[in-house]
Amino acid sequence: MTEQTRQTQVQAMSDTTIRVRQSLKKRYAREKRFRLFGMIAIIASLTFLAVLIISITIRGLPAFKQTFINLDVTLDAQTLGVDETADENALRRANYNGAIRNSLLELFPDVSSRKEKRALYSFVSKGGQYDLQAQVMADPALIGQTVNVWLPVGDDTSGYLRGHIDTTLPEKKRRFKDNQIAWVEELRSNGQIETRFNSTFFSRGDSREPELAGIKGSLFGSLLTLLVTLTLSFPIAVATAIYLEEFAPKNRWTDIIEVNINNLAAVPSIVFGLLGLAIFINFFQLPRSAPIVGGLVLSLMTLPTIIISARAALKSVPPSIRDAALGLGASRLQVVFHHVLPLAMPGILTGTIIGMAQALGETAPLLMIGMVAFIVDVPTTLTDPATVLPVQIFQWADLPEKGFVEKTSAAIMVLLGFLILMNATAVFLRRKFERKW
Amino acid sequence: MSTSMLLLVIFILTALTYVVGRSRAASLRKQSTSMHSLPRYYGYLAAICTAVPSLILLALWSAAEPVLLKSSTIGTLPAEVQALSTGELDLVVNDIKNIATGGISQSADDPVRAAAAQHYTESRASSRLYRTIAVLILCIAGALFGLKKINSGTRARVAVERAIMIGLLICSCIAIFTTVGIVLSVLFESLRFFNKVPFNEFVFGLQWSPQTAIRADQVGSSGSFGAVPIFAGTLLISVIAMLVAVPFGLMSAIYLAEYASSTVRSWAKPLLEILAGIPTVVYGFFAALTVAPLIRDAGESIGLSVASESALAAGLVMGIMIIPFVSSLSDDVITAVPQAMRDGSLGLGATKSETIKRVVIPAALPGIVGGILLAVSRAIGETMIVVMAAGLAANLTINPLEAVTTVTVQIVTLLTGDQAFDSPKTLAAFALGLMLFVTTLILNVIALQIVRKYREQYE
Repeated sequence: MTEQTRQTQVQAMSDTTIRVRQSLKKRYAREKRFRLFGMIAIIASLTFLAVLIISITIRGLPAFKQTFINLDVTLDAQTLGVDETADENALRRANYNGAIRNSLLELFPDVSSRKEKRALYSFVSKGGQYDLQAQVMADPALIGQTVNVWLPVGDDTSGYLRGHIDTTLPEKKRRFKDNQIAWVEELRSNGQIETRFNSTFFSRGDSREPELAGIKGSLFGSLLTLLVTLTLSFPIAVATAIYLEEFAPKNRWTDIIEVNINNLAAVPSIVFGLLGLAIFINFFQLPRSAPIVGGLVLSLMTLPTIIISARAALKSVPPSIRDAALGLGASRLQVVFHHVLPLAMPGILTGTIIGMAQALGETAPLLMIGMVAFIVDVPTTLTDPATVLPVQIFQWADLPEKGFVEKTSAAIMVLLGFLILMNATAVFLRRKFERKW
Repeated sequence: MSTSMLLLVIFILTALTYVVGRSRAASLRKQSTSMHSLPRYYGYLAAICTAVPSLILLALWSAAEPVLLKSSTIGTLPAEVQALSTGELDLVVNDIKNIATGGISQSADDPVRAAAAQHYTESRASSRLYRTIAVLILCIAGALFGLKKINSGTRARVAVERAIMIGLLICSCIAIFTTVGIVLSVLFESLRFFNKVPFNEFVFGLQWSPQTAIRADQVGSSGSFGAVPIFAGTLLISVIAMLVAVPFGLMSAIYLAEYASSTVRSWAKPLLEILAGIPTVVYGFFAALTVAPLIRDAGESIGLSVASESALAAGLVMGIMIIPFVSSLSDDVITAVPQAMRDGSLGLGATKSETIKRVVIPAALPGIVGGILLAVSRAIGETMIVVMAAGLAANLTINPLEAVTTVTVQIVTLLTGDQAFDSPKTLAAFALGLMLFVTTLILNVIALQIVRKYREQYE
């Protein structure tokens, strides 16, 4: 190489170097920006998660508290329309509301006009009479005496006491009037108003009155539905996974089954609802709104999820286990049931729990099969009309009363609580039993 | 005997045969007869012989009973009732069943119906009796047969394993049956719908108002079934959702896979997955109660009129719901790109972001596209968010601030009410369901194919 060519080479190289150096600043800036975008994306998603959970918690927390009003109710036979000798049915139908109203009037004797009376009566929830009814039916001797009871307050009153009603608004624009505020404040200063844990929310079914509505009915509905889902989908999914992973010959037929399962996992859930409506309800004439139909639909929906995770779990069991068992003379089924399946079980259970969590949160297919009806009673069998927790949330979300917004958020908190519990169990199982082969 | 009682009896008999069978086989073995299998396999075999045939008979009987009872009840009715249309006849039969089960019925005094109810009750009772007898006989016969088979000549394990294999095979076919069931159920009802409303009108019509008249002279209830506004609305909301989900999901995946330290990764990934695990009804509630008013207020403060059920609110929240879906699928494919490709690019002096943009993403593109297609199919099929936060009126618009409706919203509104099952309104829901199923199926097949091909490429 001559001196000259080497010189031009150095020249050329330094040219490139200069150009690279010049562009470096820009490139590094771009690099930083790109990295920042990634961070922003994650932070934004997590912020959203935080906002969602915080806003629901703030809305829902008050629903776990309930305000009660203390009244001395005189259960005289005349107001109730029954005496202590009356039979059960008469006791059930007695005029407890009248007794409650009388006791309210006693507190504020100067209330006289009809409008004022109505305003006063709204202090006690319509459910107050049922509490009283239960007390009297348990002990009919109470008739004729004066009992001191704590009764739940009505929706508007509880809204005022929680500060949901803007008292700076002109009176006409408020649901809660000035005279009502004066009365409530008087009661409050007398210590006749108290806030306690809301046990109604967990011990009652649905109701049209927000202060009486509870989630017990929908919780039991969810429980029954999940029970059906689990008993159907778990064995079927495990059997399918075992067949496909361990025994199926690699031919066109098993290929179709495989593609099919993967596709089913991505079919919109509402389509399963259509299937349930057309096949289970219209063709097999199963009852509408029943947990058994809900469970059938949800188990078809969760099958692919469980199958896919069960197959992955079976696949992760090393072939040496199978070879060793076969070598000792086990049959192929014995190999699977005695050795492979127990080793894969933690993985399968994790997948099952995740599938169940999915089923617990599912709403759309259940709307299709009529689990959206207004049901007050708590379901006890698989064919009782029932609703489930997410559907209950959907129904309450539609109602305008302020009390129901709280209840909806509180129900969401309960649902999320269950889901977190299930997922945490799944994570725990995975951590505890996961094996590296 | 009630069904659950019968099931209990079958269960007890099965357990008994198992115990007896096993002990008999064990005693034979002790007498040093050479047996082919372990004693418990003889027990299993006997138990299978007891349970399976009787359960099959019970299932068949229970399936056939309502149909036969119905036709025999109809047979007792006078000719003029029998001549009614199928729908009305169903009503009559339901009424009779109500009377028979002691439910409330307005026509309990009608002698014809009372007689039919009497007939219904009687034939039901006798059917139940015969069912119990037949099932129990089959059960006991199976048990005796199974117990008789316990001898050195029976290869019990082979037989039991064959039975189990058949069971496994049947279970794995349930997935196929489900797909067939979906296709048949939506297809049949859709065909009935297309008999009443021409296919072209449905797919190309611009007017959607499914209210059909109860009386012919009612105003504004002609019922028109042009689904274009619904498809457009679905598309609009899905596009908004993807505009949110793709950039955010993809960038999160890139950050997590390429930049994040392992601690950040181990925290951020499960947190993102929580987002995927939140039920859609919760997102719907959030969209309707928090996001939609927020958008409306923001729009009004800059002088825009925003519908309170705007497509934007529903699309935005749906997009956020899909972020973790996009990010976890993209994360998988990005981490599957071989490290050697990154090393090559970095060795030539490229910065990390240049490597990602010019090497990693192009290499992972098929997988990412597959993931995005799956996300689109998810957005199209998403129900609760749009039911709660999007509108009902079928507006044909591309303005995201207006209210639009989607396929899933229409299916829910058309089917969650009480109406005759064969009205065009109800059937329209199935036609929409068919469209939904076909669209998502095509998207899924393409996406899964792409993802699969991609996976093979780097394995």
